[in-house]
Amino acid sequence: MELIRSNINFDFVGLKKWAFVISGLTFFLSIVSLSTHGLNFGLDFAGGAVLQVRFPGPAPIASVRTALGEIGLAGAVIQEFGSPQEILIRIHQEQQPGGKDGESAKMSQKIMDAISPLAGKDQKVELRRVEYVGPQVGRELTVNGIWAVVYSWLAILVYVGIRFEFRFAVGAVLSLIHDVFIILGFFSFTQKEFSLVVVAALLTIIGYSINDTIVVFDRIRDEIKRMRNYPLEAVINEAVNRTLSRTIITSLTVVLVLVALLFYGGEVIHDFALALLLGVVVGTWSSIYVASPTVLVLENWQKRRQAVREAATP
Amino acid sequence: MRHFPLWKTIVSGVIVFFSVLYCLPTLMGGAPSWWPSWLPAKTVYRGLDLQGGLYLLLHVQTDKAVEQAAENLVDEIRLSLRKGKVRYQSIKRQGMDAVELNLPADAAKAEVLTLLKGDFRNAKVEETPDGAIRVRFDAKEVADLRRFAVDQSIQTIRSRIDQFGVAEPSLQKQGEERILLQLPGLDDPSRAKNLIGRTARLEFKMVDEKGDLAAALAGAIPPDDQILYEERAPGRGRQPGKRGKTAAAAAEDAGQKVVRTPLLVKKRASLTGELLTDARVNFDQYGEPLVSIVFNHQGARKFAQVTGEHVGERLAIVLDDKIYSAPVLREKIEGGRAQITGNFSMEEAHDLAIVLRAGALPAPVTILEERTVGPTLGSDAIHEGILSSVAGGLLVILFMGLYYKGMGWLANIAVVFNIFVLMAVLAGLQAALTVPGIAGVVLLIGIAVDANVLIIERIREELRLGKSPFAAIDQGYDKAFLTILDSHVTALATSLILFQFGTGPVRGFAVTLAIGLVASLFTSITLTRLMLYYLLRNRRVQKLSI
Repeated sequence: MELIRSNINFDFVGLKKWAFVISGLTFFLSIVSLSTHGLNFGLDFAGGAVLQVRFPGPAPIASVRTALGEIGLAGAVIQEFGSPQEILIRIHQEQQPGGKDGESAKMSQKIMDAISPLAGKDQKVELRRVEYVGPQVGRELTVNGIWAVVYSWLAILVYVGIRFEFRFAVGAVLSLIHDVFIILGFFSFTQKEFSLVVVAALLTIIGYSINDTIVVFDRIRDEIKRMRNYPLEAVINEAVNRTLSRTIITSLTVVLVLVALLFYGGEVIHDFALALLLGVVVGTWSSIYVASPTVLVLENWQKRRQAVREAATP
Repeated sequence: MRHFPLWKTIVSGVIVFFSVLYCLPTLMGGAPSWWPSWLPAKTVYRGLDLQGGLYLLLHVQTDKAVEQAAENLVDEIRLSLRKGKVRYQSIKRQGMDAVELNLPADAAKAEVLTLLKGDFRNAKVEETPDGAIRVRFDAKEVADLRRFAVDQSIQTIRSRIDQFGVAEPSLQKQGEERILLQLPGLDDPSRAKNLIGRTARLEFKMVDEKGDLAAALAGAIPPDDQILYEERAPGRGRQPGKRGKTAAAAAEDAGQKVVRTPLLVKKRASLTGELLTDARVNFDQYGEPLVSIVFNHQGARKFAQVTGEHVGERLAIVLDDKIYSAPVLREKIEGGRAQITGNFSMEEAHDLAIVLRAGALPAPVTILEERTVGPTLGSDAIHEGILSSVAGGLLVILFMGLYYKGMGWLANIAVVFNIFVLMAVLAGLQAALTVPGIAGVVLLIGIAVDANVLIIERIREELRLGKSPFAAIDQGYDKAFLTILDSHVTALATSLILFQFGTGPVRGFAVTLAIGLVASLFTSITLTRLMLYYLLRNRRVQKLSI
């Protein structure tokens, strides 16, 4: 069976201007959204506390709100989580009563005491999850996460620089930056919660995208040897076309896994799968339209500089 | 087709055999009873987010430990001055790590300096510009004090947990003054949390019977005294036992007013919990739980001395600056036994006995980060994780089989073995599988499938060029090899960096991915080749099933 004809010869490079407009615009909009809306940082980064509670019947959200108001937590955000029986109670850092010894421990107990009577007689409210992140740790998680990603970019720059050429390395890293910012932009635009799970998704996307980029680069390197007398545009086109079948099939299999995660994975995995689905599309796109054109642009720029230099030295 | 060397076959066979062996306990959901003891029985260790439990990041306030050491230094200097027959005007702790001493104007300062320098070699003794003498711990001593406080806290917490009874607790020092604590599978996390976070400083302080309490409450506290409160619910009798709470707290919830009685007590403790040998739960004549304590030899002597000297006065039993009771001393108490009463619930008394036996924390700890996952949530996460992974995996297998036929099925076997090897290594190393780890597995499946797709597509290309099946296979593997190696090494480098610089969840992702990538190199390149070789070597293949 073949989904992609083996002799396909699509002019990818010819469309690079359009691709540049699309990528540039999305990237730009992402930056705009990030700088105006920011990210909806979850507990992991913003600090605060989250309680996940299950009621025996449908959760009486309004009464829970009143009960929490009575113990001085009127600012708590209460939302349904997964099923009507379950709710999530979020308390932001500012509402944390002091930073004293074991304060979070007491607070979760206090909340449970306040809402337990709402379940009705002889019924139990189940505390399924408590998370508390102090302000200091939240900041550290953010900073460490950012540095881990930046260092991984540097490592890729070095490795690809050694295995291929420097311009390939620049292309690879540029495409990764492109991917990360567009995913961040998506989370900023939709104001979906940005949690550690999303960071895991980002890392997965980086891994996937770099894998995809390397495969295309590798083929370009192969084709350069074979097509010595052709311009780089033609070589890149050939490489992308020859790997197109593999690119589509691989993306398709990953998408299959992700769709399964999306539907059966439960609440936490859901956002993860969603971010990854987007990431697969963006990552595949960027290998073809960000990484490879960068190599081309750098090559042309080098040639021009060389020409200028040769013109200058008689 | 190129010959496949025997040694490679043997090595591959060994790898496959052992990974299946190490996987089996996990696949069967725990080693069954007939499983021989000499076989590996470890299952993949599930992270707290998957099995439920308590994750705590604690900060040891080592500043307080240094302060405490400085307070003790005050006593030591006093002693040393008394021995040297030096009179002094005042002595007190200054800042966190120093003691300041004021001498009368006519004192022989130089001699005192020499005396103190000789006695306190771990501190810097110097004269301040305004004529006082300052004794300050040197930097190394402060660092030692801090390190000791953290190490001691870890030991104390470990002993508390052990006595509380938790299977497989994990306690690690993190950075300079942090402790990472992971307790899997707890029924009552909040009780464990109270047990761990409590400083549990037990002190016996004399009540200042001569002091004027009313004046002290108004602000005129005598210099050697302090005000502490005794909290007591009205009426005796156990409150309907709420978990992990004092009867007083339960009474407060029930709307009853808790009586807080202020008492003026001496700042200096006559006796501390350090001199205990044992603490157990007992019952008084009304059947109320109380904690009886036994002092060691030194403690017993001191206790007898204190009680003998102060007959008729009250002795306050103070735990973490709260008075539990302040009985009047009727006679000298010999034998070194005492009781702590305080309207305890049974659990409260039990936990108090534990913390007293385990000893006090050398410094207070605060909770920086807490994650509690209830056992049902953890198992839900597992079920959903397994269900979705299996569903996704089946879809991929079906697709690969349909699209690439025979070669697709070989690739499927390779990917399944890839996951086996990963599980085997995880089980063998007892590295925890977490939710981010599952993310790593998803990426791994993607990359592993991709490696196989790369090979198969290359073989297809070679076939299209008109090569024979065997030649196409050899060429396909050769050409795909570098690509696969490059993509794997890049991803591996990334995951190692993430492991090095990331924290908790990021690390879980990195570990799973790194192990899986190494496994993928083996399964996609070597294992599929081996299977192809033994399937096809004795046949005349006209057309590959691809």
